[in-house]
Amino acid sequence: MRAIGLSSYYVLVKEIASELRTRYALNALLMFVVTTLSVIVFSLGSEHVPYEIYCGTLWVIIFFSAMSGLSRTFVTEEERGTTLLLQLITSSNSVLLGKLFYNVILNFAITLITAIAYLILFNDFVVRTYSIFWLTLLLGSVGLASASTILAAIVAKANSKGTLFPVLAFPVLVPILLTAIKATILSVEGGMFNEAFPDFQVLISFTIVIIAVSFLLFDFVWKD
Amino acid sequence: MHYLFKAASAVIITFVIIAGIGIPMVQGNHGFFEFPFIPGLEEKARNIFFHVPIAWATTLAFIMSMIYGIQYLRKQDIEYDLRSVSSAGIGMILCVLATVTGAVWAKFNWGAFWNWDPREVSIFILLLIYGAYFVLRSAIDEDGKRAKLSSAYSIIAGITVPFFIFVMPRLMGGLHPGSAGDESGKGPVLELKMSGMMLVVFFSSLIGFTILYFWMYSVKLRANRIEHQLKSQE
Amino acid sequence: MISITLQVKNIAKEFNRKKLFENISFDADAGSAIAVTGKNGSGKSTLVKILCGLLEPTRGTWVLTVEDKKIPHEEYYKNIGLVSPYLNLYDEFSGIENLDFIAKIRRLQNPSTIIESVLEDFGLFKHRKKEVKYYSSGMKQRLKYCAALLHKPEILFLDEPQSNLDSEGISVVRTYMKQQRERGILIFATNDEDDLSYADAVIKLNSLNIEK
Repeated sequence: MRAIGLSSYYVLVKEIASELRTRYALNALLMFVVTTLSVIVFSLGSEHVPYEIYCGTLWVIIFFSAMSGLSRTFVTEEERGTTLLLQLITSSNSVLLGKLFYNVILNFAITLITAIAYLILFNDFVVRTYSIFWLTLLLGSVGLASASTILAAIVAKANSKGTLFPVLAFPVLVPILLTAIKATILSVEGGMFNEAFPDFQVLISFTIVIIAVSFLLFDFVWKD
Repeated sequence: MHYLFKAASAVIITFVIIAGIGIPMVQGNHGFFEFPFIPGLEEKARNIFFHVPIAWATTLAFIMSMIYGIQYLRKQDIEYDLRSVSSAGIGMILCVLATVTGAVWAKFNWGAFWNWDPREVSIFILLLIYGAYFVLRSAIDEDGKRAKLSSAYSIIAGITVPFFIFVMPRLMGGLHPGSAGDESGKGPVLELKMSGMMLVVFFSSLIGFTILYFWMYSVKLRANRIEHQLKSQE
Repeated sequence: MISITLQVKNIAKEFNRKKLFENISFDADAGSAIAVTGKNGSGKSTLVKILCGLLEPTRGTWVLTVEDKKIPHEEYYKNIGLVSPYLNLYDEFSGIENLDFIAKIRRLQNPSTIIESVLEDFGLFKHRKKEVKYYSSGMKQRLKYCAALLHKPEILFLDEPQSNLDSEGISVVRTYMKQQRERGILIFATNDEDDLSYADAVIKLNSLNIEK
């Protein structure tokens, strides 16, 4: 157990160091968030729209940025032929765990940036219960990232990776997206913290189940 | 034995079609060979003999596909993959049929072909999942790899379905009987409102469509096996 | 010398039901060098990948025993090293960063001395801080050797050992091949006559799919 922890930590460190050096995913994702946000700003103009729309579009941006960024961890390994190196130096579980943590960190960072931009840009988007809002963002993005990680591992082994990823991921992620949107609406409406409790339960149990299944399946997916 | 089952399926489904459409509906007291007139559903109630059994067969086909997928991962024998994909293919046809029969019923009962009721959303997601499953398969060239990855995907997608069934009704009111938004909400239709004859036709239909599924599945499986053999002889 | 045995029985691999090779059987123990040879496309690299535990064969079994302990397939990575044209190191990291990552993830004792000595042997010490994307193909090949040898593997697999190497590089590789034989098992896939004469046993893959 300790061995897996340690080697997955080095996989995570390698991912972060590689990202900081190439700045590929981070820059692309930030630009993605900026462009989609400005499209929404331009199309709304000075229009007043129901707050549900804001909650929905917030998660649309988070979903699509996850779709464009989270498959990279596995796809780049496959494209550059470094998969074989990782297979040769460590167990598949540590690879999965390391990459899972990396995707969670990346996705949560993007989610936070998007949410803060939302709060600043849209005056009509007023969150009344911040505890629900932040916790939803955290749990939602962790859930998105964990389901995306195992799907990215599958996609990396197939052809036409770029278009395939959202197609595979959407039906799997629907329960998370719908629950997260619902909890976000609740936070805007000023619901009590315990009203959002069932939603958090769904998000947490979904994440746990997906991660457990990922560990069961990853060995089949990772090795040829 | 094989032929007996096929013949049984043909006879049962013919019986269901004739009885389901032909038996008259009467208001008030009804004899055994008559259907009761259910207010709100009226003659449209006859669809229950087709829509519900097809939806059941769809579920069965997808569950079988997932079980064979798991078997493939355990045994690494391509035969299980052929079974899994055959079942998924039949499931896809049945799923479309269930959607169409449901949509027609929805049009005449609820006013629109599509209402985004929880079960309609569920079947839509099922179509998306298995659509994605076939897209994934077409994107992988090598047999073993295709079998492994598509089995893995069907398992991942499969375990999210229960969440879906739990999440959806909390988000929106339902129109289907037995769901939260149903005013009369007295549980499944068959328990309370179906008469003896309706139950006979309904359960014959369930059995008939189940056998039909296995029949279609075995034809598809044999076709897939032959295709697989031919490909290896090229 | 520690006791290492590799027993390969009736391994066969098919892709899309087309046979690549079948009935591959051999035994190897510490001190032996086995060569795999065959035309292009006869499955040399595939066989090496299977023996490394990275690819399931269609049929057949193979067992690696180190000090009378049977190693499960998913833990082969601890005992093997591989140099292959299909293996790449991380472009955006320097040579020493790559080796450092490998040493850390393998949890080696005294990583820096080991890394420095292999880099020195393969003549990469003065290029160690350059990013791998600026390496020539020969330097990349040398770095792959460093990566495969860091942990002194019980079995060393070499797929096309000489590719991209100059005569100086080849002589270093030869020294390491000799050392490997003294320590454990050496298995290499090649069509080079000189290399073949170095092996105790030669496994010839007779390209089933090409003849048809």
